[in-house]
Amino acid sequence: MHYKNTKIMLTGILLAAGMLTACDDNQSKGEAAVINGDPFPSTYQPVSSNATLIENVTILDGIGGRIEKGALLMQGGKIVSLGQNLIPTGDTTVVDGQGKWVTPGIIDVHSHLGVYPAPSTSSHSDGNEMTAPVTAQVWAEHSIWPQDPGFGRALAGGVTAMQILPGSANLVGGRGVTVKNMPNRVVQDMKFPGAPYGLKMACGENPKRVYGDKGGPGTRMGNVAGYRQAWADAQDYQRKWDLYYKDFAAGKEPQQPKRDLKLDTLAKVLKGEILVHMHCYRADDMGTMIDVMQEFDYKISVFHHAVESYKIADKLAAANVCSAMWADWWGFKMEAYDGIQENIPMVHAAKACAIVHSDSDLGIQRLNQEAAKAWANGRRAGLDISQADAWQWLSANPAKSLGIFEQTGSLESGKNADVVLWSADPFSTYAQAEHVYIDGALVYDRNNPASWPVSDFELGQPGEGDIK
Amino acid sequence: MKVLLSLIITCMLCSSVQAQNYAIVGATVHTMGPKGTLENATVLIQNDKIQAVLTGHTDLQGYNVINAQGKVITPGLIGAHTSLGLVEVSSSAGTVDSDVLPVNFSTVGAAVDVSFGINPDSSLMNISRIAGVTSAASSVTRSEQLFSGQGAMITLGDKTQAIIKPRAYMGVNMSNGGADNIGGSRALLWVALEQAISETEFVGSKGLSPAQQWHGELARADLRALWPVVNGDIPLIIDARRAADIRQVIAFKKRHPKLHIVLLEATEGWRVADELAANNIAVILDPESNLPYAFDQLGATLANAARLDKAGVMVVIGMGSHNIRLAKQHAGNAVANGLAWQRGLAALTINPATIYQIDALVGSLEAGKQADLVIWSGDPLEVTETAEQVFIEGQLLDMQSRQTKLRDRYLDLQQDRPMRYVRP
Repeated sequence: MHYKNTKIMLTGILLAAGMLTACDDNQSKGEAAVINGDPFPSTYQPVSSNATLIENVTILDGIGGRIEKGALLMQGGKIVSLGQNLIPTGDTTVVDGQGKWVTPGIIDVHSHLGVYPAPSTSSHSDGNEMTAPVTAQVWAEHSIWPQDPGFGRALAGGVTAMQILPGSANLVGGRGVTVKNMPNRVVQDMKFPGAPYGLKMACGENPKRVYGDKGGPGTRMGNVAGYRQAWADAQDYQRKWDLYYKDFAAGKEPQQPKRDLKLDTLAKVLKGEILVHMHCYRADDMGTMIDVMQEFDYKISVFHHAVESYKIADKLAAANVCSAMWADWWGFKMEAYDGIQENIPMVHAAKACAIVHSDSDLGIQRLNQEAAKAWANGRRAGLDISQADAWQWLSANPAKSLGIFEQTGSLESGKNADVVLWSADPFSTYAQAEHVYIDGALVYDRNNPASWPVSDFELGQPGEGDIK
Repeated sequence: MKVLLSLIITCMLCSSVQAQNYAIVGATVHTMGPKGTLENATVLIQNDKIQAVLTGHTDLQGYNVINAQGKVITPGLIGAHTSLGLVEVSSSAGTVDSDVLPVNFSTVGAAVDVSFGINPDSSLMNISRIAGVTSAASSVTRSEQLFSGQGAMITLGDKTQAIIKPRAYMGVNMSNGGADNIGGSRALLWVALEQAISETEFVGSKGLSPAQQWHGELARADLRALWPVVNGDIPLIIDARRAADIRQVIAFKKRHPKLHIVLLEATEGWRVADELAANNIAVILDPESNLPYAFDQLGATLANAARLDKAGVMVVIGMGSHNIRLAKQHAGNAVANGLAWQRGLAALTINPATIYQIDALVGSLEAGKQADLVIWSGDPLEVTETAEQVFIEGQLLDMQSRQTKLRDRYLDLQQDRPMRYVRP
């Protein structure tokens, strides 16, 4: 898809790491100012793992392939191979998957775990910076509470990675962050290494409701004026930096522009380094945003909560914008009134990119069931999609939309071993994630209560270590 | 399936004014009554009632025969805690009859009576009924007063009058949410509830005339509404979540043994399961609620439904309005976490009928009961299976909704005219 960003991002990180002393505040003559592109670097460390072979199992590889009586070998945190008759070496743990299924780990592109954690007290309500309509300067990772018990619940549902986003009160809500579902003492411990940032934006009802009596925007047209002005400001900001570097290269002694954290983030979107994730329900709102995207030459990666994507699935395919959708939520506000149960398969059938997302600490625990409902409803409407293809909604398409598909999102040799062993066909209410592997490590084993994660918050409380 | 569909189409053309007799043959029928589950059974519908559920050869002369071989039939599902008919779009979209504001002629909110607000034309009605929900308990969901008022039992049939039973139950919130509304503390919340009960008992069944002197706290309309509660005629649905609150509810019932109490949520009910069973208190719960959203829900677990059922507590499942159709998925997840399958189905059918005292009418497939039933494509608790045909009061429903029409309009995006002219 559209991922120039990953490499640029990585280069930026290396460059910045080597030049930390040359940061903007104390540049020495002779060196241009360098902005550290990764001031909160990932400190993620995979849990150590043994080589594991799961055999005799139905495999959905996440990119449309299905293997009956298959086997999957993981070693050194990576997928080594999958096929039908793999021979384990000496110290390989062998798991008999008779009657069970293996899929890539589920990736949720829309979570508020940690920023709206449980317990949902006002002291924990850190997901919406409702102080101005454009707050591109805020980063969701600075709100994440790694002790949210919700992470462990999502793990038991087979979720191995997710994007945590700011809320949708603002036109531009701030940066989202992609994390491994492996929280530890500080948030950096779970940041997905090499993942580009997301930028949360919002169409429609929410911003105009929140700001209607706080100076605006108060209408949809006000919303659109707000996005466009923000991009115009970002262009202007980028031109100042470009000029600065150009002048510097030409041997002049230019004044370094003042850093603006809000415009920094927006300018990175215009450069393709940050992926836009835009909350947008209505078909006409999405249509408008596709034009705004073309006007300012940036990329909207995904429309989230896109309940009306089925009305413009062809246009979304042409614009190469994904839709992240619920299976059947509808009616809680006007822009959700036309939600239908066949939205996801209809988007898929139009050859547009479909993603199943949660936006919910409950929904994230059974995204496989959401996909199953959509898949079954699609078939009844005559959209004959295989289960193997439908699994793209849960892993590959989310990974592509987050810019991490080179690392995860499908079962291909060399990729991170982010894998779920399901007790049965995962397109069933009764199927449960039995084993969840992240980077090849068994981090959840339903049959071994001692393996279940317990957050600090839950220690010493009623129900500690219980079935969750 | 083809036979079924063609029959349905035929019958739709042949009118819905006249009552029809139907014989649905060949399905696995979960009666949820004394007959249990019957394989390859025949369900006979005469006018609006179940005439019989039987196996073996039957004379089908005079019946419209529907072949349901390979299908599963259950009673229609009953929404246990909804605002169906009271809400169309919840937020920023005009009047929502399930949200009430305090008024001075009802000091504690007991007088609220949703039977005046039920709208059978709400789109939620046919969206839910074609998914197999045939009746529901409907009440206010947002209130700042002690009681959320009197709820109604409604049918989702395509009718001009949806009420099965008005003023069928009373709601009160004794969890954190209730305390937040009433004095900020359980130390006041419970005093307010006891005061309401004792004033109602004092005034009695006749209520007060406008001319009578009265220096109590409750308004006259509230006293009238609460009498059937204190007299045990209708259930009091109490929202309580932590074990300590549930024990308070049990103690409350011991102080007022006439009350017919049903718990709502009961997140930590599993910790008090034996006492709930011993005191015959049923529970309406959300089996998927497994997070400590507040300090009164720390013990939330997916095993709650199964543990309560095992202890002998009657479990009822089905909360929501726009998506009450997902109650079957909720029950399925309770089953995935240990509840017996039949108990999961009971939690959607006969159990809610029993707690709301409409089990003589609906909730199971027994001769003489209202013919509310669903022909499912397979196991209804499976997310991939669906209601293929729904009957309410013996009427074969049109299985369309505005959602199916939106789908059908947009299935083919290549049109030579604007979409608003496309009428699927």
